[in-house]
Amino acid sequence: MTISTETTSVTEAQGIGASPVRPDGTMKVRGEFAYSSDLWHEDMLWGATLRSPHPYARITGVDIAAALAVPGVYAVLTHADVPGVNRYGLEHPDQPVLAEDVVRYRGEPIALVAADHPETARRALERIEVGYEVLEPVTDSEAAVAGEGPALHPGGNVVRHVPIRRGEQDVTADVVVTGTYEVGMQDQAFLGPESGLAVPAEDGGVDLYVATQWLHVDQQQIVAALGLPPEQVRLTLAGVGGAFGGREDLSMQVHASLLALHTGKPVKMVYNREESFYGHVHRHPARMYYEHGADRDGRLVYVKARIYLDGGAYASSTSAVVGNAATLGVGPYDVPNVTVDCWGTYSNNPPCGAMRGFGAVQAAFGYESQMDRLAEACGLDPVEVRLRNAMSEGTVMPTGQVVDSAAPVEELLTRLRSMPLPEDRSGELDLRRLPGGVSNTTHGEGVVRGVGYAVGIKNICFSEGFDDYSTARVRLEAVGGEPAATVQTAACEVGQGLVTILQQIIRTELGVEQVTILPMDTSIGSAGSSSASRQTYMTGGAVRAAALKVRAALVAHAARTLGHEQAELSVAGGKVVSRHDGVLADLVDVLDGEAFDETVEWRHRPTEALDPETGQGNAHVQYGFAAHRAAVDVDTELGLVKVVALDCVQDVGKALNPQAVLGQIQGGSAQGLGLAVMEEIQTDGGVIRNPSFTDYLIPTVLDMPPMRIEVLELADPHAPYGLRGVGEPPTISSTPAIVAAIRAATGLALDRVPVRPEHLTGT
Amino acid sequence: MRLNVTVNGERRQADDVWEGESLLYVLRERLGLPGSKNACEQGECGSCTVYLDDVPVCSCLVAAGQAEGREVRTVEGLADGDALDPVQQSFVDAGAVQCGFCTPGLVVAAHDLLNRVPDPSDEEIREALAGNLCRCTGYEKILDAVRLAADAR
Ligand code: FES
Ligand code: FES
Repeated sequence: MTISTETTSVTEAQGIGASPVRPDGTMKVRGEFAYSSDLWHEDMLWGATLRSPHPYARITGVDIAAALAVPGVYAVLTHADVPGVNRYGLEHPDQPVLAEDVVRYRGEPIALVAADHPETARRALERIEVGYEVLEPVTDSEAAVAGEGPALHPGGNVVRHVPIRRGEQDVTADVVVTGTYEVGMQDQAFLGPESGLAVPAEDGGVDLYVATQWLHVDQQQIVAALGLPPEQVRLTLAGVGGAFGGREDLSMQVHASLLALHTGKPVKMVYNREESFYGHVHRHPARMYYEHGADRDGRLVYVKARIYLDGGAYASSTSAVVGNAATLGVGPYDVPNVTVDCWGTYSNNPPCGAMRGFGAVQAAFGYESQMDRLAEACGLDPVEVRLRNAMSEGTVMPTGQVVDSAAPVEELLTRLRSMPLPEDRSGELDLRRLPGGVSNTTHGEGVVRGVGYAVGIKNICFSEGFDDYSTARVRLEAVGGEPAATVQTAACEVGQGLVTILQQIIRTELGVEQVTILPMDTSIGSAGSSSASRQTYMTGGAVRAAALKVRAALVAHAARTLGHEQAELSVAGGKVVSRHDGVLADLVDVLDGEAFDETVEWRHRPTEALDPETGQGNAHVQYGFAAHRAAVDVDTELGLVKVVALDCVQDVGKALNPQAVLGQIQGGSAQGLGLAVMEEIQTDGGVIRNPSFTDYLIPTVLDMPPMRIEVLELADPHAPYGLRGVGEPPTISSTPAIVAAIRAATGLALDRVPVRPEHLTGT
Repeated sequence: MRLNVTVNGERRQADDVWEGESLLYVLRERLGLPGSKNACEQGECGSCTVYLDDVPVCSCLVAAGQAEGREVRTVEGLADGDALDPVQQSFVDAGAVQCGFCTPGLVVAAHDLLNRVPDPSDEEIREALAGNLCRCTGYEKILDAVRLAADAR
């Protein structure tokens, strides 16, 4: 099909496989993109939240009189003012909108204030008197599984237990390595704080402008709490300053709506950074017991694991996190015999839920540490032991699911191994390249280098039988003498670049240059969540399906009006093209005042629930793989680590936008680096000790090394365009690769992340 | 109190400013300039970076009163009408913008760097941007953007 190449150039250059600039890029660099914290409304009030200072306490009384008396205060609300059901939650509605008689974590919302200035609201909060009977907090996940301690929720403290049983359960092996590993609680640390604006509407409902990952699941929970029908609670996506899972749960949505409905005025709420640490769920901290059995050649005979994930005070997405950690618990390896038990539990620690790569990140630190131990026990190179056990297409997962598309674990590793290593540090005098940097802590003395590898696996899209779909509407018409397409979905652009991808899909499928992405809101059906690396797959799939319907209708129309066979026609570069006769007509002339408008609800292939006894079932839609190699310099005297190289190979099936794919790999790898060497929410008896960017460190530009990246495009025949979800895999293998490199440099066992200086100096 | 300040070349006035308000708050909430961002409001992230009399500062750490009678230039004041500043254009072209919440601060910081050091080395870029956190990009494309902008200027 070469007849019309010259007419397709623009739309091809802007279509899938290209890297056109983001439609929101210019507004973002000009400072004109309206984030959720930028919203403003005539006559608006500021909302603020009173939070529990105690991880676990009975509330003996709340007195709001003094707060209400503060001039400028318009409302002070407690749980008694919640008109609907005072419970919400992503998977289990177990969390009060405002606490009733008990608080289960430090930071739990108890009361709300609306006032004319944020400072007035803050002062009013100080005047709310709450009586507490402080209780001993429950903080240990294993104790919860053992049934110790008071039950924090009616069903006890185990949210979910997933057992996986595959093959022989009491098999033995010549080489056995064991390990206990811990992963600290990581924070998403998105930069845009939780915020939004609730505007009361004349119909008695509310219009809410908010930064979130899934408008419809927010809406469902809000209507239940407000006791309103869905049509009276309308959500529009405001600009989102990053998400990474931390916006899957509600934060200020119901609170601002309550205040707006109560006062009859628009209410804005913006968390500051400290409140943000209390205001969203975190990555589950984990304790993991692993035992790997192999033959003397390093071929795995069995893996046994017990994984404990602390879900904190409320369930959030703990169930799904447990499902992932269990089903992906042995990693991207072919293991004939598997015994995994994974638990997610309640405690009085901060609630944990979704964060990029959830469940898979924790498990990967365990199984990859084990693979290095196995390599050592067998006298093998760490890459070699992985190659000998690498899964591939056709491998049977521990769940019994047969992997039915590319699983290029071997290729990822061999490509990674052949990449050049960073130059030696010998003679390096630039302090900025040394551990400690310009703090001038070393000139190279006491600094050792190490290299480490890791590979990871992640399920893409929602799993375990969930009815996962996305809705998209595509409209094609002539606007101002040009063919123009409009795309409407409720899919949340959280920074990943979905808006660019959707434009690209339309350009490719409809040959139209001008594509408008409408604001995302609840006036159309759900798009599902911007999580689980699923949005290009799902909403990309839905938009493509809608575009194909539009194209079919358009081509049928063109065949009629132009007198050609439908089968020979297509659209490209703003023209209607015949396979035999080349360009037939301008699209805009064929449209001739007609509009083609199609809405579709699109689903990925169905998945199955896991068998509750054996964990068997085709639970996942697709698997994604990435591998990292890290090189580190470690100052062994001070315990400072400088990651000098972090290279990655990832299979993405098809890179719809190569620049955005690289951006995901770089950003995801950086978050993995953070977990490896610096990021942890430290808790003490349930209290967060470091709720600020002063004390919770995320990587800066000085911490991130240059990355070499190779992207494979091995099409998945089941997915739109063959694509494979991109966002999460790079976060998974980055962490264990860096820790492996630190182990190689220091010879230390290092069974916990983040690795802190004292772990390296032994002080 | 009443605050008089020149912002992006225009003399502006804000009334009823509470003395605890930061310059960032006044810009965002009183002067209709929310381009400077509020990621931490504690001087750790650089998202609120503006020029105060030609020196880049974290506007969240500047009390509004300290800006009295002075000149402020924000990210909204960098473009020349429809024409983006080369630094802004490079951020778009290099793919250095994902969620973009760090972008205004980084654009101002990079703009300042290139004013001082027209052809910076990678080490100099890293050092100059070390006070600006970005959670999305892993910084690689931000470095690309600054290199691109240096070439373009
Ligand atoms: S908001 Fe000013 S430094 Fe973060
Ligand atoms: S682009 Fe999101 S924080 Fe930098």
